[in-house]
Amino acid sequence: MYSERFQKSLAAVEAAREKNIALEPERMTAKQKEDLLAAYHPDYNQDEFAILKVGPNSGEKVPTELAEILQAHSRISADSGDLNNPDYDVDVLVIGGGGAGASAAIEANEAGANVMIVTKLRIGDANTMMAEGGIQAADKANDSPAIHFVDAFGGGHFAAKRELLSKLVCDAPEAIQWLSDLGVEFDKDADGTMITTHGGGTSRKRMHAAKDYSGAEIMRTLRDEVLNREIPVVDFTAAIELILDEDGNAAGAVLMNMETKDLLVARAKTVIIATGGAGRMHYQGFPTSNHYGATADGLVLGYRVGAKLLYPETLQYHPTGAAYPEQIFGALVTEKVRSLGAKLVNVNGEVFMHPLETRDVAAASIIRECSTRENGVDTGSGQGVWLDTPMIEKIGGEGTIEKRIPAMMRMFLKYDIDIRKEPILVYPTLHYQNGGLDITPDGMTTNVKNLFVAGEAVGGIHGKNRLMGNSLLDIIVFGRNAGKNAAKSAKETTLNKLTLKHIDAFEKELEKAGIVTETVSPKLLPNYTKQNNI
Amino acid sequence: MENMVNVFLFGKKYEVPDNLTIMRAMEYAGYQLIRGCGCRNGFCGACATIYRIKGDRELKACLACQTKVEDNMYIATLPFFPLVKQVYDMEKITPTQAVMMQLYPEIYACIGCNACTKSCTQELNVMQYIAYAQRGDFEKCAEESFDCVMCGVCSSRCPAGISHPQVAMLARRINGKYLAPKCGHLEERVKEIKDGTFTELIEALMNKPIDEMKELYNNREIEK
Repeated sequence: MYSERFQKSLAAVEAAREKNIALEPERMTAKQKEDLLAAYHPDYNQDEFAILKVGPNSGEKVPTELAEILQAHSRISADSGDLNNPDYDVDVLVIGGGGAGASAAIEANEAGANVMIVTKLRIGDANTMMAEGGIQAADKANDSPAIHFVDAFGGGHFAAKRELLSKLVCDAPEAIQWLSDLGVEFDKDADGTMITTHGGGTSRKRMHAAKDYSGAEIMRTLRDEVLNREIPVVDFTAAIELILDEDGNAAGAVLMNMETKDLLVARAKTVIIATGGAGRMHYQGFPTSNHYGATADGLVLGYRVGAKLLYPETLQYHPTGAAYPEQIFGALVTEKVRSLGAKLVNVNGEVFMHPLETRDVAAASIIRECSTRENGVDTGSGQGVWLDTPMIEKIGGEGTIEKRIPAMMRMFLKYDIDIRKEPILVYPTLHYQNGGLDITPDGMTTNVKNLFVAGEAVGGIHGKNRLMGNSLLDIIVFGRNAGKNAAKSAKETTLNKLTLKHIDAFEKELEKAGIVTETVSPKLLPNYTKQNNI
Repeated sequence: MENMVNVFLFGKKYEVPDNLTIMRAMEYAGYQLIRGCGCRNGFCGACATIYRIKGDRELKACLACQTKVEDNMYIATLPFFPLVKQVYDMEKITPTQAVMMQLYPEIYACIGCNACTKSCTQELNVMQYIAYAQRGDFEKCAEESFDCVMCGVCSSRCPAGISHPQVAMLARRINGKYLAPKCGHLEERVKEIKDGTFTELIEALMNKPIDEMKELYNNREIEK
């Protein structure tokens, strides 16, 4: 139920619904998209970026908030801990307990390696758990990995590393098969055919889903498998600094118990960074759809030992974050809502864009509608546009919403909004870190040996914008890949003496660049206590 | 002007704005959360919470990130509950009722009190899905339990010591792996890729100049 202030606009939306359902809005031309992005997408807002002065990406721009934690002090000094008497001694150390970390650990275990997961919250507290819409794979007759490649390459502004992208699309069907064999329940017809839909920017219907709990279903299954294999999971323990050996290869990490603040040392022949994204950095003051721990830790850990970043200046703002009610401000409203037929409608009840443009284009279009065009809906605490969910029931028949997007229905029903009968208000929310650490197709960073990366902490797989459903895919494909290759490298590795001397070297660089800061990193968690409420 | 309400966090009184969720209210009161906070969006089950409104007999359960504060709310979080998770090999398991008897025999000690269902933070019919599990009807158990976030509140209320979320997890994996219909087009595509059916097509894309890639992308046919 919406209050009085929304009624006039709601009436316009309802009056135009039949006509809007029938409408097939035109897609934008390449030129129109370019102009729109340049004028309205947050990535193009130059005031919000800083040029890095130290480290392998010196001279390149990144979001101001990221620059601050990349060019910060370590939480420890170079003489911390007894590196020669580690608390944990393993072949493969996986940092992060999300979908990428769990997949990596399972494959490393399968390959016979002694593998351990360390995570600052619990295993499964990750963006994977919150991915709603689905996972892409070109497994239908009218589709192919090559078509998938073209969709993703174009959607990412032709910037993806092609050798990574080809791996993503070619390994996709097998990834789905692997998940199925683990017991993930994909939506299927009675004959086993996958029920698939479009996502923004796809040219074939290749979005596989498990209702709108796709990521949760995948994550809880992977977690169960990790536990079945009795892979050690050290939870509420953050990696706060990587350890190298005297040869400059990755050799473990210094860990911190999040509750007692005790420091521990983990020695490992290979290390996999699977720390996820950065939504909780709240770049440019945006709300976020991300989980509590998304603070770009892996980028900081990697950067301090000299690993290169790729496209760290590109973030994804999901076009449809909840704009109302304010208790769920910024929460994800899955793209699947649009896949199922709901259109974006402005304050006057007008459809102002094709609902399945790529995410960056859709986000910029909504920002334009709410700013210069003045066609946004005033929510009382900001602006938004309507996402006309009742269209779904009209198009797919009564009951479609409950069957296909039950989590969305539940989320809004808690605030007395029945999305089967009433539209919802949305505005872009910080959703995904397109960039990250630069890797080769084996999952290893391009310039630090035995340091692997998987999942959202990787840069380059998607270029400068990611399509819906390619992230759940990437954590599985590149998670498994990193696990297998890290296990293999561990077998071929003899560690030299462990050292933290890179901390001193980085300090010297900071000093030389004239950077004076009190910030320590990684950030680990945001601070939302009274003084810092967002 | 914000309306303020009194809440009692672990019994201690705080005044907080009435439009906050329990989680935000704790932060407003000054708690820097480590436990009991995960996705902040109702998917991860980290923030299971029990509460009672002063003067009310009923003890309620919820997710702190999904529930608004009320005046005179007595709040205790349940950031961890010791569920029993049995270890099994999915490759060796058989999709029969015997599996449940072997791994989670306590489900047959259910006394039908329905406390699990009453306490479910997702409003699932928990006792019903346990009944399906008892009968070895994994498909129905999977369907009925699908929205479970494994927060563990049901188990905290169970006099029979059942770990409902873990029982449901097993049922869903059995259903997904063994009972759901096999997907023919998926198996075929995996084989085609292994056989190199698409190798040439992909290789052609690896070295194509950007202008040609743009041409290809901007003029591609989009399935209706």
